[in-house]
Formats: sequence, C-alpha cells, structure tokens
Amino acid sequence: MAKPRRGREPRPLGFYLLAAFFGLFVLFLYGPIATIVILSFQGPNGGLTFPMNGVSTHWFHNLFEQQAVGDFGGALTRSLILGLIVMVVTVLFSVAAGLGFRHRFRGSGVIFYVAVASLIVPSILVSLGIGLMFNIVGFEPNWNSSALGAHLTWTLPFGLLIMFAIFNRFNRAYEEAARDLGATPWQTIRFVVLPIIAPSVIGIALFGFTLSYDEFARTLMTAGSFNTLPLEIYGMTTNVTTPVLYALGTLTTALSFLVILGALGAVLLVQRRRARQGSDAGVGV
Amino acid sequence: MTGQTQTLPAQRREGATSKRLDRTRLAAAVAPYLQVAPLTLTFAVFLLVPIATIVVVSFWDYDSIRVIPDFMLLNYEELLTSPVTWQIYLNTLKYAALTWALTLGIGFTVAYFVAFHVRSLTWQITLFMVCTIPFWTSNIIRMISWIPFLGRNGLLNSTLLAMGVIDEPLEFLLFSDFSVVLAFVHLYVLFMVVPIFNSMMRIDRALVEAAVDAGASGWQVLTNVIIPLSKPGIAIGSIFVVTLVMGDFITVRLMSGGQSASVGLMMANQISLLQYPAAAANAVVLLLVVLIMVALMLRIVDIRKEL
Repeated sequence: MAKPRRGREPRPLGFYLLAAFFGLFVLFLYGPIATIVILSFQGPNGGLTFPMNGVSTHWFHNLFEQQAVGDFGGALTRSLILGLIVMVVTVLFSVAAGLGFRHRFRGSGVIFYVAVASLIVPSILVSLGIGLMFNIVGFEPNWNSSALGAHLTWTLPFGLLIMFAIFNRFNRAYEEAARDLGATPWQTIRFVVLPIIAPSVIGIALFGFTLSYDEFARTLMTAGSFNTLPLEIYGMTTNVTTPVLYALGTLTTALSFLVILGALGAVLLVQRRRARQGSDAGVGV
Repeated sequence: MTGQTQTLPAQRREGATSKRLDRTRLAAAVAPYLQVAPLTLTFAVFLLVPIATIVVVSFWDYDSIRVIPDFMLLNYEELLTSPVTWQIYLNTLKYAALTWALTLGIGFTVAYFVAFHVRSLTWQITLFMVCTIPFWTSNIIRMISWIPFLGRNGLLNSTLLAMGVIDEPLEFLLFSDFSVVLAFVHLYVLFMVVPIFNSMMRIDRALVEAAVDAGASGWQVLTNVIIPLSKPGIAIGSIFVVTLVMGDFITVRLMSGGQSASVGLMMANQISLLQYPAAAANAVVLLLVVLIMVALMLRIVDIRKEL
C-alpha cells in the first residue's frame, strides 16, 4: 500500500485516503480563520455570528476611528517595535552562539540544557518570575525591558536550535578552502559562512519577530503599564461583543501574512542572487 | 594577514610567527566563550534568576496587600493538601493527554502523507508551507475564530439543524472541555507536524525500498521502519505539546468560558489576586511536574544528536 517509489506507477488507494485526510486537515486549520475574516465585513448591524447582515467595512473604521478598543494604535506600535528589537537581538545572539557551539568548550552541555529548559518552562512561570524579580529589585516592569527579556527566553532557544540544525549540515570544506586561501577568521565568517547560512538566518529572524509579536503569556506580568497588542486583544475578548474583534483579527492576521511573504521574498532574493553569482564560477579561468 | 599559511624561510621571522600563532590559538580558545556569552547572560538574567526568585518567594508569607519575606512551608501545605489542587492537576493532565493523542495521530498522518506519498519535492515544500502558515498568526485570534463556528447559533449547529441531523442546538460544542481540547489541537498540532516531518524527510528511502523488496507490506513498512525512525520527531513534538498544554491558562479560560480550570489558570488567578507566594509555590510544583514528564520523554531519545 505504501510504496513511496518515484515513477509512474498508479497511486494506491491509501494515497487517496491520506490526501482526503490532508484536505480535511487544511480545512480545519484555515476554516475558522476564514470564518472570522468573512464576518469582519459584517454590516453595521451585524452580530458575532452568521448570517451576514449586509456587507461593509464598518468595523474596520470602528477599529481606527472611534477608539472603541482603547489604545489599539499604541499597542500595535509597541508590539511592532518590540518584535523588531527581539528579532535583531535573537539573530545576533543565536548566530554568535551557534558559531561558538561549533567548538567544544567547557559548559556547552549546561548552556544547551538551559536553552532547552527555556523552551519547556511554562510561559506563565517565566512571566511570574521576571515580574517578581523586577518587583523585588525595585525596577518598574516595562515592555522594552522586562517584556523584552521574557520574549528572548522564548525566541533564543528556537534561534539556537535552528543554528544547530544548520551547522550539523554545514560543509566545513568551504571554510577550509577560505583558510587555505589566506582568509582571516572574520573574513571566513563574513564572506563564506554568513552567505551560506543567510536563508536560515532569515528564518530565525521571522521566528523571532512573530513569536514576540504574538506572545501573550510571557508579556502578562512583564509589560508594565502599557499593553502590547496580544494583551490588548485579550482585553477585547473579555469585554467587546461586536465584530470589531473580528476586524482586529483580520487585520493582525493580514499583517502576519505580509511579514511571512516579506521573509519568503527575502529568501528567494538571496537564492536568486546566489544563483546569479554562482553562474560566474569559472568564467575568468 | 596571510602570515599563518605562508612558509617563512627567514630565521628571524620565526619568533614573530610563533607569537602570532600563540595569539590566534588564544583567540580561538576564547572565541567560543565570547560568542556564547550574550545568549548565556540573557538566560541567566531572564530565566535562571527569575526561577530562583520564584523558589524563594514560594516560601514567603503574604497578606491581602503585600508579600512578606519569611521562610515557611505553609504555601506548599495549603497547595498540596487541598483536594481542589489535585482535581485541577487531574483536569490539566486530562487536557494534556487528549491533546497529545489527537495531535500525534493527526500530525503523524499529515507528515506521513506529505513525506512519503507526495512525490515531488516542490509539492512537498508547498504542502508543508500550507500547514505552517496558520502558526504565524495570533493564538488568541485563532482561539476566538472558533466561536462563530461552535456557538449556539454557530455555523456547525445551524448546518446540522438545516440538514435535520439534530433537532435543537448542541450545547456541548462551545465553553466545554470539548472546545478547550479542540482549540489546543488547532493551536499546537503544528508543533507535532513539523518535527515528525523533519524526521521523516531524513529517513533514507533505500531503507523503505529494501523493506518492500524483502516482502514487507505497507503496514509492516510503516510499523517496522518509518515509525521507529520517526521517534525523535515524535518525542520532540510530544515535549512541545505536553509542556504548552500543562502551562496554559488563556486557552482554558477563553474556550471553557470559565467553566473549567487548569494549573496555569489557577496560578493566573492567584497572580491577579496578588497572592504571589501561593502562585510561586504553585509554579514550583508545576515546574517539577513538567520537568519529570519531559525527563521521561527524553529517555526515549537524545534530541541533541537528532538535530
């Protein structure tokens, strides 16, 4: 039944059953989101469920104009800035650490397990811990200090694990070639290693940004007096009963899609540039 | 710049070269520590110290307005002797077990289909992307997106009513254990799909061919070759799903409509009542439970070797 041979043999029945299962799975993933996207275009008198009561962009205007949702703009701005800071820091720290982990050094095992622990410690615990720590030391929790740290405990392990995955498949012959040609360690990294790992580094950046942009539990106790977007959305879920909630959902989802498309575009660009430059190889010989 | 690799015949330059070599060797020895330092410091300040803080505070005293430094076991005593605690832990474990079983079943099937039944690499990557994209949108938005679907007047109920399958709306769909587990599966199934798919893509296809040539049926290939070789992915996915569900509070709060409790929710409530020492004791117990569960799962597989 499960012959994964490539070629022109007819598909077994199992294939069609599994394909149907996959189709249902995709429906399961996208169906609910599609529902709220449609419902966010409810008419002004529409409610939280079907049927549609006319079609309008009323709830999107409502989101921006009447300030019905509190400080939506400010929360969005803070989340975007925080996401960008987390993204940059995650890329810098995890690429550096990834390079470091290629050598054996004392304590590497401990640091690795701390990173894994950071992934498995429940988010609310990190949130509570950092909140208490700031409290005891007497610092005011703020979205760009305590919340930044809290988000990094979630994004850095992902960055580090991706770096491990990259370097386990990395061909060291390229670096040796660079060294043999007289490159300094820095030149080797700048002109050989970084270009090769660039697409995965974009992946780390994407992870860093979106994980931070969506993080709720780790922000709860650490954001201080100003909300980030997930906190704002959470506040809305408990006290807003109009489709403005769906408008917000549609908008933030669209924003996430834009970020993914941007990242995919960047990866494609890097690969195309590489293909173009690669084709020069041997031309001068 | 090129000194290390050139051969230098002149005697007097040998001293300089060896000094430079010493320096590069020293730099090479120190470099890994410097490279790992920022990451390590971040974990120390924002993970290890906070956890130590929680442990310390869990022994403190508190009243309705403040916490009082002290050393007492009362927080633990109150927590562990309350039948409510045990019930909540049981409920949380139930969520974790159900979510784990469902995400594993769905995740494995989906990964298996894409890795072994889809023939071209382009299609494999495309379908994989299709699965991962919803993961990038807000968790809370994905949770509330179930409400118009499951509600009393929701899509599912009205469809079933229109089809004549049921006579009155099903009440158990929303604000119940059903909706909580459904939301968990929706949120976290990708944490299962991705690592299992990753493991499967690395299985040497020649092994499958060999099994088929040796007369194995499709089912035998699945159980004797693919499942054992997918174990690392299954373990990593399981760790993610179980730890995420064990610590969750927001899904339980939103999707059960306040009708059910979980350990995370109990903590969140204590935090909102400013009972920090009680929440801290709760956190320590939760951390121990999660660590034990993960340690058990890690016995199956060395994840560092599998990356």
